Amino acid sequence: MSSGGALERTPSGTRDVLPDEMRELRAITDRIRSAFEAGGYGEVYTPALEHEMTFRRAGAAGAQPSYRVFDEHGSVLVLRPDVTVPIARLAATRYAHARPPLRFCYAEHVYRGVRPRRGESREFLQAGVELLGVGGPAGTAEVLRVLCAALDAAGLQDYRIGLGDATLHPTLLEAFGVSERRRDPILAELAAGDFVGADREIHALGLERGDADLLLRVARTRGGPEILEGQPPALHDALAGLRETHALLEPAAAARLIFDLGLVRSLGYYTGAVFEVYDPGHGMPLGGGGRYDDLLARFGRSLPAVGFALDVERVHIALAGEERGRPAASGEDGA
Amino acid sequence: MRALRIAVPRGALFGGTLDLLDAIGIDTREVRENDRRLLFEGSGIVTMRPSDVPTYVEAGAADIGITGKDVLMEQPERELYELMDLGYGRCLMVLASVAGPDRAAEALRRLGVVRIATKYPRIASGHLLATGRQAEIVEVKGSVELAPLTGLVDAIVDLTATGTTLRENGLEVREEIAVCTARLIANPVALRLRAREIDELVERIGAV
Repeated sequence: MSSGGALERTPSGTRDVLPDEMRELRAITDRIRSAFEAGGYGEVYTPALEHEMTFRRAGAAGAQPSYRVFDEHGSVLVLRPDVTVPIARLAATRYAHARPPLRFCYAEHVYRGVRPRRGESREFLQAGVELLGVGGPAGTAEVLRVLCAALDAAGLQDYRIGLGDATLHPTLLEAFGVSERRRDPILAELAAGDFVGADREIHALGLERGDADLLLRVARTRGGPEILEGQPPALHDALAGLRETHALLEPAAAARLIFDLGLVRSLGYYTGAVFEVYDPGHGMPLGGGGRYDDLLARFGRSLPAVGFALDVERVHIALAGEERGRPAASGEDGA
Repeated sequence: MRALRIAVPRGALFGGTLDLLDAIGIDTREVRENDRRLLFEGSGIVTMRPSDVPTYVEAGAADIGITGKDVLMEQPERELYELMDLGYGRCLMVLASVAGPDRAAEALRRLGVVRIATKYPRIASGHLLATGRQAEIVEVKGSVELAPLTGLVDAIVDLTATGTTLRENGLEVREEIAVCTARLIANPVALRLRAREIDELVERIGAV
């Protein structure tokens, strides 16, 4: 057997946090939480362990649990892979008759079997909000406002928010008469960020050249509000929603937006607007979210919903990255 | 803001990549003249092994990069965007065994498992799995051609441009797994925050 065994190591993808880092993480979390509370979002805590059935109920499109244990009755419990599903459960059971809208926030650890690397742990702290009962652009704009307030409170200066809509590509493919079964490979390539593969799949459909090029062009379109104009008529409803969301935001928040028609989030339960947070201080998105208007009905309380989660550890890395970049603004940043 | 940082692969794709960068107006003279330097702040070029390109781009240490499809296929979990097929550096990922009666087929029939040597364990095991064959993958770092000649394995999965090395070692291509060319990849955050510069670069490459 190898020496230096399990006693000296934490499980792969997990780590100890020592006082200096802990102090900073705690301060960031507190500032984010205060911004959530100021927006009218009450903090809840849901258990780290949930019945596996709870996540099954959310469907295959939701975050899939990686860690399972048995309790003394033989029931299968899982370590929560996200907090959105537990809050859907909580809202449908404990607020079954409460009048919407409902506003909840949380700062909890979640557990996923990811490949460990920088800013990606198997146990990580998510801070987020869920707004239940406010549909469409009004709801989306409200959480984007809270998102900006939280990132401002955390101390980030250079962040941007990519905003797209999960229905764009399915709608466009449907308008071109592509059957649902044949849509999936294209959507999978787009979700994987493989434009070369998407190009191959789209051309395999035998669409007219103009239609095929249009699909790829839309997937790559991102920029200011001007990119919402001149798009195919099939996208009218989704783009009108994005335009309205933009119009509802105050200038400071609106200026943070990057419209991104190619934005596809990895979770499949989004039904409308989706968004992600980017910062030049870190090479990966700091978090994201979107509308999931069908999820709560699965728990017996049909309400439109929208929310987001920030990865606090990545926010911390981005803050450090911004600080490192700042004094060197006159010259080149360190390699 | 600094220039876009471009991860450029040394090795087989090096020449073609520098020619492409020259063609779109990025000055590579400095890179061509310095064999040992790795970082060229003026042009934004950083040079590295092809298999390191996804690592740098995924982490955002480089905004965009160029590497072979073989490298991307071997590292499928990377969170990156694959923007363009650049067309050059065309190679085939093949399964090959010693010429003559196919030992791999015989091993599979009589022993139930085929032993495969490769530098691409993910691609090899994926291909064998997808074709319904049980395989034992033997990862080697050096010349893969040696493995079947010495009886270490029944077949190899490897990248070949012309097939010359395979032929010279008495090996025969049995299956073509994939065509691999150079690809342009981008970091997900840079793709949004530096959209204009990246789009402009993609357009210039498209016009070459």
